[in-house]
Amino acid sequence: MSPGVLALVSALAALGLMLANGVVLIYMLRKVLAHFHLRLGPMRVGWHGLLQTPADVLKLLTKEDFDPSATDLWLFRLAPFMVFVPSFMAYLAIPFSDSLSFTPLDTGVLYTLAALALVPVGILAAGWASNSKWSLIGGMRAAAQQIAYEVPLLLSVIGVVMIAGSLDMSEIVKAQQGTWLGFIPRWFVIPQFGGFLLFLIAALAELNQTPFDMSVAESELVEGFANEYSGMKFAFFFLAEFSNSFVVSALAVTCFFGGWLLPWVPIDLPVWVDVAVFLTKTYLCIFVLMWIRGTLPRIRIDQLLSLGWKGLIPAGLAWVLLTGVVVKLVP
Amino acid sequence: MPGHLTIAVFAMLGAGFVAVTLLFSRVLQHRSFGDEKYSPYECGSDPVGPPWVQFRIGYYVYALLFVVFDIETVFLYPWAVAYGSLGMFVLLEMAVFIGILAFGLAYAWKEGALTWR
Repeated sequence: MSPGVLALVSALAALGLMLANGVVLIYMLRKVLAHFHLRLGPMRVGWHGLLQTPADVLKLLTKEDFDPSATDLWLFRLAPFMVFVPSFMAYLAIPFSDSLSFTPLDTGVLYTLAALALVPVGILAAGWASNSKWSLIGGMRAAAQQIAYEVPLLLSVIGVVMIAGSLDMSEIVKAQQGTWLGFIPRWFVIPQFGGFLLFLIAALAELNQTPFDMSVAESELVEGFANEYSGMKFAFFFLAEFSNSFVVSALAVTCFFGGWLLPWVPIDLPVWVDVAVFLTKTYLCIFVLMWIRGTLPRIRIDQLLSLGWKGLIPAGLAWVLLTGVVVKLVP
Repeated sequence: MPGHLTIAVFAMLGAGFVAVTLLFSRVLQHRSFGDEKYSPYECGSDPVGPPWVQFRIGYYVYALLFVVFDIETVFLYPWAVAYGSLGMFVLLEMAVFIGILAFGLAYAWKEGALTWR
């Protein structure tokens, strides 16, 4: 196949994965949160509400999406693109197996983080263009929050890159093969536990997840930056949000939990086993995110910014230095 | 470069998908009109004053600091990739670099740029 056709096929496959993720994750979020609240969640449409999300998609497709009169029309219509496209592009470098990724990229980790970093631009544009007070506050909060946690997120992965000696996501996974003492898997979460904690906190903030969800903050800002949006435009913001939680979880699995590798088994498993292992680990990570969402209350914006700038960034810098020293001393 | 081509294809397909879906939805949907419906949403009451006002300066200070720190963090990446293959001296160099970063952060902290007012 020519490179152009190959690129198109992989992009279509990624689009399919993203849409499937969206449908599955919305159902999963509603069910998981419901059970944390001792409710049942969707039960009526299909067996245990399984057809609820497809029904919602049909509803959103046929809903009117109108442009309120006060909006900055160009920016208002552009904002769903600015949010959706980068979060779709972030799928590109995820390695599902040694031989299977949409495209192998030498700078995979940096590329994925860069793609995710573009999302807040769209959210800020949506908040500003809506010309509504709730939206503006939501957009500003999202921007401040995501830039405050962008730096710790970048710092948290540097330790992993130093040990693996590569930004290629497959190389990072391969650096985690084998075991210590014959039974402890060489996953980077053990030597890089500090980095993992930083990553977890920063990723929650990047995803606008509770306890850092004050850009949406239903009880204060109604729906935050997406307040004036309706129909499919609204749907794209939330499709992007769900898809980002998949990408960030996949990044966590790749960098800290050995990607497609299973401990204590031979490494040359069939491709479908690798993919199944990778997806299972990723969905477990997403479950943990939902668990946190169902457990913690929201914090205030000034507390959030203080935690990011005065806590996580100094901690991240110290962790990079510490990793540097330890890597040189322990070959 | 196959990587660059794929990135371009991903960007175009993503944008195309959004555009086609929005057009499709535009064809399917039922549209109705009315003045009240198009006014900005403020929980039902009429909006008071324009929302595009001067906004809290604190956000801009954080944004300025972010630009500095984000670029400097990205400079750490090439160093991290090559770290294993270089000698002891790179550690010292990076300690100096991170020291300068930390000094900048401490200065911003002391000047009150990190305090929410």
